[in-house]
Amino acid sequence: MLKKIAILTMVLVCTLFAACKPAAPPVPYGGVLKVGINAEITGTIPTVGEACVVGAEIARDELNEAGITIGEHTYKIELVIEDNENKPEVAAAAAKKLVTEDKVLIHIGANASKNAIPCGGVCNDLECPMISPWSTNPYTTMRRPWVFRVPFIDSFQAGVNAWFAMTEFGAKKAAVLFDIGSDALYFQGHFFKRAFEALGGEVVAFETWTTGDKDVTAQLTKIKESGAEVLYLPAYYDEVATYVPQAVRLGLPEAGITIIGHDGWESPDLIPLCGDACDGLYFTTHWAEDIAGAKAKAFIEEFRKRTGKTPESTGGLTYDALYLFVEALKNCGKLTGDLAEDRKCIRDGLAAIKAFEGVTGTMTPTEEGDMIKDVQIVKIDVKEGKFKYYKTVSAAEYEAALAAAGTSVEELMK
Amino acid sequence: MAYILQQAVNALQLGSIYALIALGYNMVYGVLSLVNFAHGDVFMIGAFIAFFASTLLKLSFVPTMLFSMFGCALLGVAIERIAYRPLRRAPKLSVVITALGVGLFMENMVLGIIGPWRKSLPPLLPEHVFNVGEVRISSLQLIIIGVSIALMAILEFIVGKTKQGIAMRAISFDRFTVPLMGVPENQIISLTFAIGSALAAAGALLFSLAYPLIEPTMGMMVGWKAFIAAVLGGIGSVRGAMAGAFLLGLIEIAAGATFPSRLRDLIAFAIVWIILMIRPTGLFGVARREAV
Repeated sequence: MLKKIAILTMVLVCTLFAACKPAAPPVPYGGVLKVGINAEITGTIPTVGEACVVGAEIARDELNEAGITIGEHTYKIELVIEDNENKPEVAAAAAKKLVTEDKVLIHIGANASKNAIPCGGVCNDLECPMISPWSTNPYTTMRRPWVFRVPFIDSFQAGVNAWFAMTEFGAKKAAVLFDIGSDALYFQGHFFKRAFEALGGEVVAFETWTTGDKDVTAQLTKIKESGAEVLYLPAYYDEVATYVPQAVRLGLPEAGITIIGHDGWESPDLIPLCGDACDGLYFTTHWAEDIAGAKAKAFIEEFRKRTGKTPESTGGLTYDALYLFVEALKNCGKLTGDLAEDRKCIRDGLAAIKAFEGVTGTMTPTEEGDMIKDVQIVKIDVKEGKFKYYKTVSAAEYEAALAAAGTSVEELMK
Repeated sequence: MAYILQQAVNALQLGSIYALIALGYNMVYGVLSLVNFAHGDVFMIGAFIAFFASTLLKLSFVPTMLFSMFGCALLGVAIERIAYRPLRRAPKLSVVITALGVGLFMENMVLGIIGPWRKSLPPLLPEHVFNVGEVRISSLQLIIIGVSIALMAILEFIVGKTKQGIAMRAISFDRFTVPLMGVPENQIISLTFAIGSALAAAGALLFSLAYPLIEPTMGMMVGWKAFIAAVLGGIGSVRGAMAGAFLLGLIEIAAGATFPSRLRDLIAFAIVWIILMIRPTGLFGVARREAV
């Protein structure tokens, strides 16, 4: 008897459940698109992490206000933020967490190439699309169909530095000082040498420091003796603030050595930390406030309102990364709610982008997932406390210069 | 020739700073047979105290140095009281782990309070550059070398000629019997920590003026190098700390100056290794027989 009642109750309950099944399919992910942000919030380059997070937040707020319409549904973006402490192991672990535990649709970050390269490996293996806002080292995206980036790559940037050293200062002899412990800086040091030599110059001093070293007086003294006319110093802003004063103290400027840098120099903290020692030096970067268009100016103002600081490129590049994500979603056309399928669709959507106009300029994607963009050269002005726009170098101009010297980008990458 | 002299000046500067920190390691090891791994972080806190003294209190060079030396002396005594004294009779390993823990605690405390933003000391000393022949010496370098030597001379005097100094040396000779002779063990140990930490604070201020960026993990690399210098000179010996530090500074700069700089650390530490293999107790170290 009891058994019969039990079976009858179960059948009743099941019918009720069947009757309660909703007629229309639910919105995938509850209308919330999770975007993972892997940034250097603590560690040695915190202004990069801050710019990245705030840039993402500004983009998120703009996009959510308008709502993102894909197919028949409208979505909002939710940022899942992880701190990678500017350490590669922590970055890789954060990437894994974002992809497997938080189940993000896309991974944005990391910024410093030494963190972005392992992240790229993780995202590529786990088949989650990734965009790095700031990494310029070619290996982040090389042979990784799931990984994309927003900025130009170092085979362009370091080469432009070599060309700039030669054409701007008429330098025939150059010195390089770079970090032997950092993927990105190591590559830049080596590539600059190759490019400078291919353009007809001679690298007379090729010195290194190890990540974390404070004293480079021995290396700088050697460079001073070498007869170099230009010193290429690919370093992050905190290292620049430590090393350039030592160079000035040892008399490198008086010996006729001009110091030039790369996008790692760019930070609102550079001038406060480095002081007068850095006045008048040049470096290559992604944008310049003086030539910013309307969209970029609006972004810079919003960033200033939120933090009181001028954004460094990472902010604009992350903002562009979010918008590239939305562009990919539009190319994809429809989300199914199946994470693996949607990630693939977003990935294909990113690969389908033909050209993009962001706050950091016009960019054309390549097959490898990189972007072709112009390099901006800025000059440090300590009195005004800003980086003044100096010159733009386009990819076409650079390639023409290489061709005139009898070489090409492919040759130099061998 | 000018090149060698210039590098020699660089080596003296580096060695002086290592010496001020290495002394702290050696003195503490002498009285407690403990390698105080938190010492590098005491150095770091010294830099931050100097930062606050010079930016918030707007003190000039000498008051800043005295202020941070005093602050670190208190810190060193506090660490000894809170973390090491309860473990006086515990196995060595426990104390070493505690020291590492204290170091990590201080790093993260500073990180939590101040945040990751790099800070820079204001220029407390006007910089003039002297050209001696072709060698450039900045007034800052001279002050670093001068102040370090002055402090080391004062320390030599304290350790060699005062009652407390003799007590320190006695305790490092025989920790268990000497207190039975009426030497106040705890007081002397606290004094040792105070002096060692004060020296580290002085080193921190000079270091931060030469290499302007300060951040919570700055004590790590310098702490390790100073510890190696201390061992090289003979752990437990005050003279050894000074000798080892200048030697390490010399080896590092010479290796960087002669060989391609990417091999610098490799060669420098290979040389350190060879020296220790030839003379395991370090230059001035005393071989001790441990009788049970």
